[in-house]
Amino acid sequence: MTPETSTEDQRAFAVAALVPDPEVPCINVDELGILRWVRVENGVATAGVSPTYSGCPAVQMIEEEITKALQSAGYEARIERVLSPPWTTDWISDVGREKLRVYGISPPEKTAHKISALFGETRVNCPKCGSDNTEKLSEFGSTACKAHYRCKACSEPFDHFKCI
Amino acid sequence: MTLQNAILELADDNLILGHRVSEWCGHAPILEEDLAMPNMSLDMIGTARTLYAYAAHLENKGQTEDDMAYLRGEREYLNCLLVERPNGDFATTMLRQLYFAAFMEPYWQAALNSTDDVVRGVAGKAAKEMAYHIRHAGEWVIRLGDGTDESAQRMKTAVTDLAPYVDELFQSSAAAQAAEDAGILPVRADMRAAWDKTINHIFGLAMLNTQEDTFAQTGGRQGLHGEGLGHILAMMQSIARAHPGAVW
Repeated sequence: MTPETSTEDQRAFAVAALVPDPEVPCINVDELGILRWVRVENGVATAGVSPTYSGCPAVQMIEEEITKALQSAGYEARIERVLSPPWTTDWISDVGREKLRVYGISPPEKTAHKISALFGETRVNCPKCGSDNTEKLSEFGSTACKAHYRCKACSEPFDHFKCI
Repeated sequence: MTLQNAILELADDNLILGHRVSEWCGHAPILEEDLAMPNMSLDMIGTARTLYAYAAHLENKGQTEDDMAYLRGEREYLNCLLVERPNGDFATTMLRQLYFAAFMEPYWQAALNSTDDVVRGVAGKAAKEMAYHIRHAGEWVIRLGDGTDESAQRMKTAVTDLAPYVDELFQSSAAAQAAEDAGILPVRADMRAAWDKTINHIFGLAMLNTQEDTFAQTGGRQGLHGEGLGHILAMMQSIARAHPGAVW
């Protein structure tokens, strides 16, 4: 949230923050770090939302859900798409990371993706047993934001939230 | 020469390659690649959407991103020729992706210093996504180039087939040059060293040789395209043109 937030802004933010990610419903838009701020002026609540991936098909749905949440709290709602600075997986909160892990998705490493990591294997821990004896099955998983892995210790296949 | 045209060049590159890659959906050789292809496609189409919306905003005639994508004809499309090349086999598709991503990754990195807010915003996301595409396509180029006799031969053929379309990546149209002079877009020719470094590194591991002294085919930035683009647009635009203004 921006420094000059009012109590009203905070109230509206709390309302919008409860919207879950439609593809990973265990985590909400605040924990995911894509709800940047909410500003209220003359009954109009404007929410700043950053997309995760350029082509994330969930962006539109998330914006509609935030609009609905703000409307049901009595605001006239507007969405402002915030592209800069770009969202990074570093913005997923610690609470969000833990929720992802419990949900069965290995959370992203807390370090922005670097081109120098080209062909460098990142160590990914199994969300079930915690072992780092895992292997990548596919660079791309069930959604744009995930890769597919398998744990060689407990044999569990799992999604890994890609680090960008 | 307008900024709008310079933005459209970038948007068209991403949309047309995004469309090409999406043609693999349901046809990729293994399930993992069937997931990877549409995901890479979405990255590029997502980038194109933001750029089209910006181009429409610059035109300021009440147009939308859809008008830019669906209502311009073949001669109005400004993509480079590389991105419209047919998919061919998996070797060709992956080499085309590697060539494009190895250019766009340093380009978007440089664009983080743009004087333009929208360009900076797009660049921040796209640079990371293109790094991912380099890794994915690069792994395939290595796997096939240093694979069986058959796969190695196919990679070599792909290198020969795509060689004429590389140079155009590094050439700036008059519109792009104006945007480069204004500090809005990075200078295309400046990406050569980074591109060479990436390609040489991967080709070394893939046991492939780069193609020297090839005739460079150009014209895409002037709207002069190969046969393939018309087919892409026919498929992509048919619904929007048959039902003008339809919403879905």
